[in-house]
Amino acid sequence: MVWDWIPRNTALIWGALQVHVVLALIPVVAGLVLAVPLGWLASRNGAVRAVFIPAASVLYTIPSLAVFIVLPAILGTQILDPLNVVVALTIYTVALLVRSVADALAAVPALVVAAATAMGYKPGRRFVSVELPLAVPVLIAGLRVAAVSNISLVSVGALIGVGGLGQLFTEGYQRDFPTEIIVGIVLIVLLALVVDGLLVLAGRFITPWARVAA
Amino acid sequence: MSLLFSYLFDAAHWSGPTGIPARIGEHLFYSVLALALGAVVAVPLGALIGHTRRGGFLVVGIANGMRALPELGLLTLLVLLMGIDLLPVTIALAVLAVPPLLAGTYSGVRNVDQGAVDAARGMGMREWQILFKVEIPNALPLILGGLRASALQVIATAAVAAYVSFGGLGRFLIDGLKSLDYSQMAAGAILVALLALAVEGLLALVQRAVVSPGLRGGGRRSPTAEITTPDSSPDSTDTTTATPEPAGATP
Repeated sequence: MVWDWIPRNTALIWGALQVHVVLALIPVVAGLVLAVPLGWLASRNGAVRAVFIPAASVLYTIPSLAVFIVLPAILGTQILDPLNVVVALTIYTVALLVRSVADALAAVPALVVAAATAMGYKPGRRFVSVELPLAVPVLIAGLRVAAVSNISLVSVGALIGVGGLGQLFTEGYQRDFPTEIIVGIVLIVLLALVVDGLLVLAGRFITPWARVAA
Repeated sequence: MSLLFSYLFDAAHWSGPTGIPARIGEHLFYSVLALALGAVVAVPLGALIGHTRRGGFLVVGIANGMRALPELGLLTLLVLLMGIDLLPVTIALAVLAVPPLLAGTYSGVRNVDQGAVDAARGMGMREWQILFKVEIPNALPLILGGLRASALQVIATAAVAAYVSFGGLGRFLIDGLKSLDYSQMAAGAILVALLALAVEGLLALVQRAVVSPGLRGGGRRSPTAEITTPDSSPDSTDTTTATPEPAGATP
């Protein structure tokens, strides 16, 4: 471990960390935005569910490196375009969350929905202020898995020249310099822990009733 | 789109020591080594913790912590420290195999119907007999589920071995990138995905063949199986602890 490499290269490390965060977390947000309506559809309609859920698990089995490489042919992007990584990780996130959302919405007690209807909630408002909040704990659990695996997956993008902390791995390997690789590994694990912790906190914050009950 | 398949469908690429069949063989070889090493570590540990019911927090901690480890970093670091050798590659890939196998074995053994375990104990079975004759056979669906998830992860990721100058299907990705031969990269990507799906399907069939009919929902059930395991359906996992990853996305 060459400790003084770290202070001499803070700009490089900081830049890689920023790119990494952006590439890993945009897909989480985009995936969430897409998965909620799709999951809602699947929870409503048995036929849609019968198509979505198996399709999602097949998508989830396709290796990320393969998706990174095949996407340019489909999207018409350049092979080195970071957009490929963002789209690929968004697909994984949606595949993971659709199931969570569908299961969580299906698990909302029918009596609660009926009570909300009786109180005069229209379907749209009932979904936003009754059904969706009750689905939050399951949603957070899915988001945690998606965020942590995205953070680790972005580093594979370095193989095809995309930035982020994975570049510390390829560069460290080419220069025969383990310190750089160790810094990358530690930062990725720390980043995963921090994001995971933030999601847990966010979940507690937006479901105050769960705290009262506990 | 034709770029996607031109390398793949060229007969010249289907023979010789650098041909597609040889690369598939190498890819499977690294994967099987890594799975074997991962299983040797994860299955006894998971069975022990599940049987004694002590240290469940360890399983969750290990499984989640290892999931965050970036594979490419681990591989490059191990190769720099240990030299270009099959061992660091196997260890780096085995790290991926451990979490699903550990979680599957632990929750499988842990969730075996306590009545069946008590009955076995009452019949005078020793602890190791209970583990091997009652708990593991009952836990088989979840253990194999863990194995499937592990296999998928390892096969999907074994492509990175090519980055540290090994063979396997990753060769097409790395060489294609270096020579800007997109159709070669696409061939590698498609083959990795197909191989992962094929092995997944094969293991699903193996699972059907080896799991006791009494544990299968729907199929023919022998009356004795009905009596010994009334509640231990393979799906009744303890979701609050650790269940195998829904397969595949941590290359």
